[in-house]
Formats: sequence, C-alpha cells, structure tokens
Amino acid sequence: MAMTDQASSPQDQDTIPKLLDHNARVRGNRPAMREKDFGIWQSWTWAEAAEQIRALACGLKDMGLKDSDKVMVCGDNRPHLYFAMTAIQAAGGVPVPVYQDSVAEEMQYIYEHAEARFTIVENQEQVDKVMEIMDRTPALETIIYNDPRGLRHYDQEFLHRYADVQEKGRAFDKANPSFYADSVAAKSGKDISIMLYTSGTTGRPKGVMLSFDNMILSGRNCAEMEGLTETDSMLAYLPMAWIGDNIFSHAQAYVTGYCVNCPESSETVLEDLREIGPTYFFAPPSIFENILTTVMIRIEDAAGFKRKMFHYFMDVAKRVGLDILDGNPVSGGDKFLYWLGNLLVFAPLKNVLGLSNVRLAYTGGVAIGPDIFVFYRSLGLNLKQIYASTEASVFITIQRNGEVRPESSGKPMKGVDVKVADDGEVMFTSPGVFQAYFKNDEATASTKTADGWVHTGDAGYFDSDGDLRIIDRSKDVGKLNDGAMFAPNFIENKMKFFPHIREAVTFGHEKDYVAAFINIDVESVGNWAERQNLPYSGYTDLAGQQPVYDLIQDCVEQVNADLAADDNLKSSQIKRFLILHKELDADDGELTRTRKVRRNIVSDRYDELIDALYSDKSHCEVEAVVTFEDGRTDTIRADLQIRDAKVSDTGSAAARPAVAAAE
Amino acid sequence: MAPNDTAVDMGTEPGSQTGRQIGDVILNVENVSLAFGGVKALKAVSFDVNEGEVRAIIGPNGAGKSSMLNCINGFYKPTEGTIAFKGESHHAMETHESASQGIARTFQNIALFRGMTTLDNIMTGRNLKMRKNFLWQALYFGPALKEELENREVVERVIDFLEIESIRNTVVGRLPYGLQKRVELARALAAEPDMLLLDEPMAGMNHEEKEDMCRYILDVNDEFGTTIVLIEHDMSVVMDISDRVVVLDYGEKIADGSPDEVRANQRVIDAYLGVQHQ
Repeated sequence: MAMTDQASSPQDQDTIPKLLDHNARVRGNRPAMREKDFGIWQSWTWAEAAEQIRALACGLKDMGLKDSDKVMVCGDNRPHLYFAMTAIQAAGGVPVPVYQDSVAEEMQYIYEHAEARFTIVENQEQVDKVMEIMDRTPALETIIYNDPRGLRHYDQEFLHRYADVQEKGRAFDKANPSFYADSVAAKSGKDISIMLYTSGTTGRPKGVMLSFDNMILSGRNCAEMEGLTETDSMLAYLPMAWIGDNIFSHAQAYVTGYCVNCPESSETVLEDLREIGPTYFFAPPSIFENILTTVMIRIEDAAGFKRKMFHYFMDVAKRVGLDILDGNPVSGGDKFLYWLGNLLVFAPLKNVLGLSNVRLAYTGGVAIGPDIFVFYRSLGLNLKQIYASTEASVFITIQRNGEVRPESSGKPMKGVDVKVADDGEVMFTSPGVFQAYFKNDEATASTKTADGWVHTGDAGYFDSDGDLRIIDRSKDVGKLNDGAMFAPNFIENKMKFFPHIREAVTFGHEKDYVAAFINIDVESVGNWAERQNLPYSGYTDLAGQQPVYDLIQDCVEQVNADLAADDNLKSSQIKRFLILHKELDADDGELTRTRKVRRNIVSDRYDELIDALYSDKSHCEVEAVVTFEDGRTDTIRADLQIRDAKVSDTGSAAARPAVAAAE
Repeated sequence: MAPNDTAVDMGTEPGSQTGRQIGDVILNVENVSLAFGGVKALKAVSFDVNEGEVRAIIGPNGAGKSSMLNCINGFYKPTEGTIAFKGESHHAMETHESASQGIARTFQNIALFRGMTTLDNIMTGRNLKMRKNFLWQALYFGPALKEELENREVVERVIDFLEIESIRNTVVGRLPYGLQKRVELARALAAEPDMLLLDEPMAGMNHEEKEDMCRYILDVNDEFGTTIVLIEHDMSVVMDISDRVVVLDYGEKIADGSPDEVRANQRVIDAYLGVQHQ
C-alpha cells in the first residue's frame, strides 16, 4: 500500500476494500461480523475478516477472475457471502447479489444478462438451482459453494468449495505477494462497486450499476447525520440482493466499523433479534405490522388484569409518548404515568421484541400505517421513515429527529436535492445517483437526465412544513370515467393499514367506479375466526366465509368514509370488492420479490374477476394456478362472491378524520 | 484465526465421518420366535442387515413388525433364537446394553418428554456418553461443565443437520406432530448410533412432512453411514428409500429381497390385497 496510516483520510478510502484495510488497521480487534451457528454466536474481528477476504480474493484471481467480471452471489445473509462481496471487489470484479428465493427461471435471466462467469452461492439448494440453468447460461463457468452439506456426491469439475478456493488463494498470495495490494489500489471511487437487479413491477429486471462513491458517500452522509459509530450493531436479515441491505449491512458497516450480525436461519430472526439487541434497525412496514399483530393477538389472549394494564398504559403512550420522544413539554403527572408505563409495559415489551437497545430504526419501501407508526414511536422507539430507491443508493428523504410526522417522508437527506417536476413527478439528484443500467442505455436515458437528476416515477409534493409527501406511482395514477383522479396505491395502503387485510389491488382507471381485490391476513383473521367459533380449513375456506366478508366489508366502508372526507378522493370510494381465493404470491409472478403488486399480471390473470366486478353479478367462478416452491403447479377452483360496499356521500357525519389524506 | 476456522469449516460431520458404504453383516437375526402366552407374535424369523444399508420391515397390521424391532432393541426377550449385533450373539439383551452398543430408536407413538424443550430432549440422547458421576454433575462446574459443553456441541450439530434451530427452546408438547417426530429422530441421532431403528417414522404425516422425513433419513444414511432399519406402512416410501425389504405376515417371514423383487412376489401381493377364497 502506498499510503501510510498518517496519510489515510476518508478521501483515500474511496473503495470498500480500502475501507477494509483501514478498519483492520485501526479497529482490528473489534467485531466486524457475527453469525449464530451451532447455537452460539461466532464472531470475526475486522482483522480476521480481512484475512478471510484476502484469501478469497486471491483464490478468485487464481481461478481466472478478470477485471470487471460480474460475480453472482446468492444465499441467505451469511458472513461468508458478505466477505465474498468485498473479496470480489478487491479482486477487481463486480458482485451481483441475487434474491435467494428466486426460482430458476428468474435466476437464468439475471445470470444470462449479467454474463457472469463465476457465482458464489450458499448451499446445495442454490447449487441445484444454478446447475439447472447452467446449460442456458453459457458464460457461467464456475460455481463456488460455502456449505458442503449434501454436496458430497457432486463431483462436477466446475464446483468448488469456498474454503478450498481460499486455500488456493493463500498459496497464490504467497507466490504473488503484491497482487492483493495492487489490485485494491487499482480501483477508485468512480469505479463500479456493485450491480443490483431491481425487482421491477413492470417488465424485466434492470441491472443498476452503483459506484464505490455512490455507496460510500450515501452511507457516510447518513452515518454522520445520525451519529453512527463503531459501537453500533445491526441485524442483517433482509435479502442481500436488496439495496438497503447493501448499505446497512455492508457499506455503512465499512464506513463506521460497526458490527453486522447474521441470524441463524430465516425462521429464527425474531429470536436472534432479541439475543443481539441491535442499536440500529431497519424493517419494511410489513414486518412492523406483523410484530404488532402478534403482540395484539397475544395481549387479547392474556389475563384480564394484564390486558387492562396494557391498554391503559398504551392510551397514556398514545397521548404523550410522541411528545416525550420529540422532547416537547408534557405535564408532570403524565411524565410520571409514562415512566410507570415504561416500567410495567413499554420496556418489557420492547425487550421481548428485541428492540430495547435500538436508538435508530428506519422503515421505508412502502407507506406505513399511521397507527402502526405511532404505536412504535409512542413506545419510545425512534422509528423514522425514509423515502428510498435503488437508483439513489437508498436515501432520498428522511424524517429528522423532532420533526417526525407520520404521513410525510421527511426532508431531503444530507447531500440530496429533491424537486417536484411540473407534472408532479418527484425528482432527485445526489452523490448516490446510479451510474447506469447495465446494457440498457435506453432505460438509463429515460430515467436519468444529463445533469444527474433521476425520475423516481412517484407523484408527490412538498407540504407546508417542507416535508415531501408521496401520493402514488405516477404511472399508476389514472382517471375515473367522471374525470376524478384515481390513485390506486394510496387507496390500497389505506386498506392494508387494517390488520385483517394483507394485500389489496384496486381498479378504476377508465372505469365508472373503483373496485378492489382483497387478500385477508390469515393470522389475524384466523385468530378472529377462532374467537367467533368459526371453523375453517385454510386460506381459501376462510376467505370465502360470510362473516369474514362482513368483517372486511366493515374495513372497506371505513376506508370509504375516510375517502369521502376528501373532495379530491370522494369519487375513489370502493363500490364493489371481492376476497381472492388465493394469496398473491411472488412465486406466481403476481408480486415482486419485495412484495409489490405487479398490476398488469394480476389484471391479465384475473380479467374475468375484474369483468365481474364491473357487472351486476353477485358471484363469479374462477380457476387459478398456483406454483409450489419446487416448481410444481396445481389448480384451485372457487366460486367467489362479490359484495357491494356502502359509499358515503360526504365525510362530515360518520367519518373518522382522514389520517393520511393528500390535501 | 484459530477459533473461527474450526467453527466455520466444520461442515456437518458429527463424529466419525465415513459416508455410506455397504459393508458386511452388522445384524443377524436367526430363528427368532416370540410368544405372549399362546399368541405367537414371531415364528422363527431370520434375516440380516448389512452395514450402511436401509433395510425395511413391512407387513400388514399385526404382522409382528414392532415386535421384531423390540426384540432387536432388547425391549422384548425372544422366546427362541439369537440376535447377533456386530458379531456378538445374544439370546436376550438389556435395552441399555443395546443402546451402549450403538443402537438407537424412535417410537411409533412419540415418546418424548413433553414438558421439556427440544434442546433438553435431544440432550437426553447423550445420556450414555456422559461419564461424570452424579456428584460431579450435581456440582456442575469443572469437569461436568466441560462434558456438558462437548455433548452440547454434538447436539447442536444434530439440530443443524435436521434444521430445527427455530424450535430449539420450544417445549416439545407445543410442537406440531411432524416436528415432534423430527425431534425424536434428533434424539436418536444424538446418541451417534451405528444402527438406527425407526418405528413408522412417517405415520400420521402429511405429504410434505413425509417428503422431508425421507430426505432426512436418506441424508443420515448418506452422511454418517448409519445403518437404518425401518418399519413403514406407506409402501411408496418404503420402495423408494430402502435397499432391501423383509416382509412379515402373521409373524412369519414371507419374502426378503430388493424392493422390485418384493413387489413382484405373489405371497406379498396376497398378504396385502387378500386372497380370494374359492
């Protein structure tokens, strides 16, 4: 390395591998990663991580990795896969993480498009998938796997064990002692650090190329604003192929030196969360919703005294919790009650959820229900919303401490400029703006202007506090036949805020009225059904029951009352709805891997149901094909009923105040 | 790098990592008969089991399958005949003797400690490997703690192998049936047996649970080279995973051979489908 310790400044550490060297020098004995394995938290210090990474990087070079080669990385959150990401970068390649639950066809497209020669995967499951697509991805030469279990009889020459590659690397390193340092020094901030495929609600996935500067500057700006340090810790449990994980569990950890913890398995995340007690936490709204649903179900099952105590103190928290968190003045009596509530309810609850030590929690991706958001904040959890995108290396806007308003997305992040174009589309420019889409200049040109402004595709506006509010995806915003605006996501989010509703898809563009498909939440509605002594055998059965329809109709009518209160949205009330007989699923292509609805696929697949919604039929027979995890398919038949929901005239009398309405 | 390298690279191999190799006869059953008063449960049954194979015992209800397993296990004493395990011949063996020689089993009706956690249940499988006496164990610290940790490591590998991490601290009585069966298998595996006796491991399971269980049985056989003797009703399962099958009917052996041979055997077809009486 040319630079000395004295000379090393943030400007010199402009790539992830350079930051690794820096961390190994200045905090070599601090933990870099932990993983629960065989029931015990195993840890790697920064110095140990650096050795692992160096060995793998040299091994990859030894096996013929060339400069700028794309290397696919696929598996659950495992330290060795995070090491692999850095090792690929150090050897001059570009890591491309892939969603680990992708089916073989999805993987094939990405592997082929990226022209990858190498892939590093976690275990037999991923090896099997990659081998299945190998004859259709001619560029792919080498598969490296980490966990050898079940792979004993796989003797193909292109299969290599991770540890063996590292062994080769150590030998290569001895023979070529200057390779690693030279290879790391050859890259700078402008070079591509990583490529991520966006899941894409429309069309094929696009490969977003991000530079080292994009990742490091975005991560550093956030870390500086929030005061993150090497003593923080993070739980890495969201897919490695998702931009957020790459910032929170990778780039930011390298920038600040904090420890990233990998759960034992995807089923043990909540337990591991409790054991680790992270200080910095990200979860999409759906996870916060699930946790809240579980808590409420358990409280309803608890003894009467506990239940009353919980509700009493939660009322206190709702009244004063937000003010206390924001540092606003509250009366002495309320302060005492909140203190007592914290002692008896809030602190134990946070402890059970593993959120005791969290001093900074983010949520984002889609809108979070105001009730859910307020629930966590009133417990004293500093939960904030961010408005993020892959093309921005996560951060666009963020809610500032003391200025957290549930319905807004906050103010532009440090270093980010946001504007609303004349047609209402939100645009931004920042140090995190992506370089280009891989092999897709057309899409790059239509998304990014020459002077670096990016079209988000979201419609939004700045409110009187200067906070950004997002209404909907611009391309989804349509018009009803009477000319009124129709914002489907906005209405769907309102519905999804009810714990009984897991997913909703609304229709209305160029129609006379708005109609909706609904997926119930099996856990929540199932628990409700048990209380009503309502027997059911599974999702399809439960979804078709009259009392469940009544329950959902109540929710829909409350949404209607909310919408009626707003002049712009009055026409968007839901006139007719049905409960789908199957859950929308990513394996069937109806959702993206990040659980966003693919509208065109849903409307193609269920066009007869949509026709029925816009007729006067009271039920409709339907067949649906479901795909199992192993790729087999089966058909479900059902006779769905269609309900008319009551539409409110004005919001004046019965309606609740509109919580998240766009004025 | 010392502690981590071992932690990371240890893969899946508990104990002696051999992989599957079909070897010599490990269990030889000769002319075993068993009578309960006037009822003859087994009538001069003879068969052998080779090291490393998956051997199935099938037959209609009341054919004497579980009785056979109980004799091998030492739970029942055969009225006549001998059972030789690893060349050592016994007329009758105590259950703890068979366990210490490397035979472990699961039961048709789950026999777990319902009030204990998954982890504790599996730890009981290590009971015979614990050498420290009662006093040391009562003191806990020192040698007993060291021993506990060593055994815990074996147990954790079994937990990892059967992918039951998420229920490690769950009380067994609260688990669904399919998982309880898997915990029972885990407890048997924790004893690091040379031969595993499985009494209807798939009874009462749904299709998916059965597939999982088949996978695990084959993996155990493949990864650790454990010899497996299983009783099963589900013919498709038996035919798919066994190397050789022995068929019992009314306490008698009516067929013995590869799944294909057994499937074609007229006496087996008659026993299962019934014979038309003229």
